[in-house]
Amino acid sequence: MSALNPRRLWALCRKESYQIVRDPSSILVAFVLPVILLFVMGYAINLDADHIRIGLLVEDPGPAAVRFEQTLRASQFFEVHSGPTREVLAHRLAHGEIRAMVLVRSDFTAKLRQGQGQAAIQLVTDGAEPNTASFIGAYLQGAFDTWQQGLAADQGTHTVPTIDLRLRSWFNPSNVSRNFLVPGSIAVVMTIIGALLTSLVVAREWERGTMEALLATPVTKAELLVSKVLPYYVLGMTAMVICLAVSVFVMGIPFRGSLLALFGLSTLFLGGALGNGLFLSTVLRSQFNAALAALTSAFLPAMMLSGFVFEIGSMPKALQWLTRILPARYFASSLQTLFQAGTVGSLLWLNALGLSLIMAFWLGLAALKTKRTLD
Amino acid sequence: MNAGQARQGPAIEIFGLVKRFQAEGAPAIDGISTAIAPGTITGLVGPDGAGKTTLLRSLAGLLQPTEGTLRILGLDPFVQGDALRERLGYMPQKFGLYEDLTVLENLTLYADLRNVTGEARRLAFDRMLAFTDLAPFTGRHAGKLSGGMKQKLGLACSLLGTPEVLLLDEPGVGVDPISRRELWRMVRELAQGGMTVVWSTAYLDEAELCDDVRLMSHGKVLASGAPATLMGQMAGRCLHVTGILAHRREVLKRALRAPEVMDGVIQGANVRLVLREAGRWPELAPWEAGAGAALVEVAPRLEDAFISLLGGGPGGDSALAEMTPTVELDPHVDPHAVIEARQLTKRFGEFAATDDVSFRVSKGEVFGLLGPNGAGKSTTFKMECGLLKPTSGQALVMGIDLKSSPSEARQRLGYMAQKFSLYSQLTVRKNLAFFSGVYGLEGDRQRVKMDEMIVAFALAPYLDTLAADLPLGFKQRLALACAMMHEPQLIFLDEPTSGVDPVTRREFWAHINGLAQKGVTVMVTTHFMDEAEYCDRIGLVYRGRLIALGTPDELKQSVATAERPDPTMEDAFIGLIEEANQ
Repeated sequence: MSALNPRRLWALCRKESYQIVRDPSSILVAFVLPVILLFVMGYAINLDADHIRIGLLVEDPGPAAVRFEQTLRASQFFEVHSGPTREVLAHRLAHGEIRAMVLVRSDFTAKLRQGQGQAAIQLVTDGAEPNTASFIGAYLQGAFDTWQQGLAADQGTHTVPTIDLRLRSWFNPSNVSRNFLVPGSIAVVMTIIGALLTSLVVAREWERGTMEALLATPVTKAELLVSKVLPYYVLGMTAMVICLAVSVFVMGIPFRGSLLALFGLSTLFLGGALGNGLFLSTVLRSQFNAALAALTSAFLPAMMLSGFVFEIGSMPKALQWLTRILPARYFASSLQTLFQAGTVGSLLWLNALGLSLIMAFWLGLAALKTKRTLD
Repeated sequence: MNAGQARQGPAIEIFGLVKRFQAEGAPAIDGISTAIAPGTITGLVGPDGAGKTTLLRSLAGLLQPTEGTLRILGLDPFVQGDALRERLGYMPQKFGLYEDLTVLENLTLYADLRNVTGEARRLAFDRMLAFTDLAPFTGRHAGKLSGGMKQKLGLACSLLGTPEVLLLDEPGVGVDPISRRELWRMVRELAQGGMTVVWSTAYLDEAELCDDVRLMSHGKVLASGAPATLMGQMAGRCLHVTGILAHRREVLKRALRAPEVMDGVIQGANVRLVLREAGRWPELAPWEAGAGAALVEVAPRLEDAFISLLGGGPGGDSALAEMTPTVELDPHVDPHAVIEARQLTKRFGEFAATDDVSFRVSKGEVFGLLGPNGAGKSTTFKMECGLLKPTSGQALVMGIDLKSSPSEARQRLGYMAQKFSLYSQLTVRKNLAFFSGVYGLEGDRQRVKMDEMIVAFALAPYLDTLAADLPLGFKQRLALACAMMHEPQLIFLDEPTSGVDPVTRREFWAHINGLAQKGVTVMVTTHFMDEAEYCDRIGLVYRGRLIALGTPDELKQSVATAERPDPTMEDAFIGLIEEANQ
């Protein structure tokens, strides 16, 4: 019953390919959308804080205070705007023109020199953006340390720190967040492409009444299913190649793994994503509903729970468990590994296992729901 | 194509078929048993919801019967589908074509799927392309074919592999009469070759061409037999009132009150009546038809038999018309131009959907726009009621240009859309309340009006039913009720009777006739040829142009020839379009 007749399968695949090529929207989804999304996610989502605007009011004309100001201005993390009064700075902070204000009191040098209590530097940050606020705190501390070392050097009392902390960021030596965000966003992009493309195809046949005509011919269930997966697999892999090329050649993200491993993992992932879309399309029979369901069920979790932006390790336990059924999680992890670390067998095999199970689940479900009747 | 003759006995047998989609409510197919002879064209005839499509899908093995058994060529279509599909052709209502594939690519796809290959395929393609006249268009995308061409291509695709049984689901819908005649010629040829054809249709005039018909209603077969046999039962019961001098609508209304009369329609200048019993003729005098009026016996039609089976027509009185006040136009409105089109043109890019159309409709006139799908009648119609802006020319209602003050004009007109455009999630009562509110009725006036509508359209049993769950006929009634809520002086009806059963259609026309007599101006589109006869005047639209304008009899007479002295409306339609093509 479920035999595959090569001629019929080929005829169906050819028909599907004609439809893909002639439908501008599928070309748009497969080729243009990934490039746009990659750029948006690669550049707009930036976890590195650079050139944060801060306000500075130095009420003390003394050399120590001037020196501190110079240290601040020299930092690449800050864009320092001096303000005339506290009120003005507070106003700017309230309007979001600056993210923090730093005050050096008029008695700064005097207190420092005379050792009358602690010389105070006041930092007020915009707590509405806690991430940025804590960055500023840390960077200001860094700038303060630099200033103190400079001060000590001037006084000739060079203090040798007992601990010398040397920081090395493995796999992403320059610590550019884009290098790990882009591989993750490829996983998100491929989730959209995979689920969105196939979510439309079966529903389209129902809406246009061609499914009825098709079912009245000798096609088998298997032929129907395979002919819906194969052409879109080819399309999805083409999109994958585009993503890879754009990341490596245009955005300059290093790729350190094996292409064969990438091919294998992408195949497993696409199988699941296409199966997911196909299942929704088969069950819902309406292009609009199926596309909406695909976006909600595949794209949103991929964005939030794949570990692409938000680390899975810091999620609540229940959510961490939930991520295990998301193909994007395994794929994002595989891609980040392949791009940044290389072919790390033990991790990739585990991911491959996860992806295979998910693929089997969705394709199996789609096959189960594909019927030879209209009921 | 002669395998059908090799078998003895019927090609299709149906025993006690029941098909339910929901556990509750009426089944879609309610106990059908019948047999269809090989090599015949059998018509499944009935309104929407009669169960025609469900029956055809069950025959094609696409639905599992709830009860009963089916045998096609001795095979059970659901259980032995694989064996049967090779010998069965099925064309669904939407033709099953891939619009973004070319004619040849569609044919190739279905040939591959139906295992037609090599030399056999070459021969089949040659034959199909010659048969359908599609040879010059093999490279054209199916989506860019006309309705008639699509239908022929759909037929060609379902004929690949030379099936022994061919199932066609309403192939005549949305196709112009010329293409429909061609389709008949093709299908007739196939049946003569031995193919068994099952053809479903909502048109009773079309069904008269079949060898055998099954009249269907509410999932049951009401009658079976050759059209001639079914019509023969009506012999002696069909009359024309000829030589009418009074208004035909008035005569029809009075005639329908006579106890001897079961049903009646307007046919051009005459009124056509069906009697309850042969030989018991009604009294002509009380109808005041005029001195020269006479009753003449005419040949029965299949529709007469169907109406008789459904228990007769609904009568000619319209409660809606009775409660509608007589229209008094504003003194400045020209009673000969309540609706007017002046060189009306609408272009979509290069394509002129409506091209230089002009006409005027008088007060109390029923004006029909007739034309094949895609000819431009809907576009013209929508411009006249202010839903589309003309590219050039003017659409006027009561002398008001719809371009400059559309809302003022819209307040005076009623509009009933082709598709059901009420709120399907609201109950009947809430729909009535909403639409009366939209038109500015409130308080006592609103309550009185709603009550009137509920009585006029017999909506009382359905007041708390969701509009989505109403039977089709009641949906149409509710739509008309909502359109008439504000007592408009003119009303636009876009295919108001499409898909409904003949009795409900009669009832609709009784309302339209009654309203026209109260002075309401009516503009209507239809693709039922017999309904065109009800109109005072008809505008025939073809390829965006108004190719003919006149009374039904004038149009019919314009195509009369020596061989065909008394052409039908369809003859007129085809003749005038062919003339325009030359």
